[in-house]
Amino acid sequence: MALNRDFVGRTYPPSAPYEVSRVKIKEFAAAIGDHNPLYRDREAAQAAGYPDVIAPPTFPIVFSLQSGGEALVDPDLGLNLAMVVHGEQRFEYVRPVHAGDELVMTSTITDIRTAGRNEVLTVRSDVRTVQGEPVCVTYNTIVERGGAA
Amino acid sequence: MTAAVRYDEVEVGQELPAAEYNVRRVNLVMYAGASGDFNQIHWNERFAKMVGLPDVIAHGMFTMAQAGRFVTDWVGDPGAVVDFGVRFSSMVVVPDDDRGATISVSGVVEEKLEDKRVVVGLTAKAGDAKVLSKARAVVQLS
Repeated sequence: MALNRDFVGRTYPPSAPYEVSRVKIKEFAAAIGDHNPLYRDREAAQAAGYPDVIAPPTFPIVFSLQSGGEALVDPDLGLNLAMVVHGEQRFEYVRPVHAGDELVMTSTITDIRTAGRNEVLTVRSDVRTVQGEPVCVTYNTIVERGGAA
Repeated sequence: MTAAVRYDEVEVGQELPAAEYNVRRVNLVMYAGASGDFNQIHWNERFAKMVGLPDVIAHGMFTMAQAGRFVTDWVGDPGAVVDFGVRFSSMVVVPDDDRGATISVSGVVEEKLEDKRVVVGLTAKAGDAKVLSKARAVVQLS
């Protein structure tokens, strides 16, 4: 089923703050098999100039859809989640996420299009601290296989 | 933020040392828990086949994380990555055995930008399949 184009341009309000913990960063680094000491060792991170351990570049995927995620399960959108695969992902960083950050996301559906037999949807999420400092912007593009067939 | 690689010492066309990353079912279970992505196509073979996939497939973000690790291992400081984007062009099929699948990542310095930044073009393969396309990172060197 074609996705509802009325959703393009819809912006979803900031999420409840996501608190970045050392434990979660360590768990994520372990899951991707990355042993960089800046993800685990606070002293090493501070020696490199950071306030606390930092997170791997793809870590924002953990929380970036905390705002806007409800759009994807809205029946009016018409998305069959069982047929969804990840199409593209991009991160623009102002600075790395670090333990102690309290982050809020504002998400916008920027594009819905047809590509062959598939439907393609892009969500942009602006990630800021609760103090309003910009941290990164994420672009998440998902593909609904056969959605346009 | 201090990159271990100096801008003056890299040239356009320079290749980064290639690396291989193993992925087995246990890694996908760990990644599901760490990322919060519990989509069944990443751990349930029965479900994956029911929706037309050949077998359980890796999270695209797991593959992207390996490409990211490739870049941050080169530059040393993960905070040096200022932009990172990929397209997921093929699936990494992960069989239920002790060998799993192997993701091979290589990279090349494609462009030198102003302010000591470079564009690194990335290639990631599983077997003969190119699993990432349009994969690039912009990195702040020292």
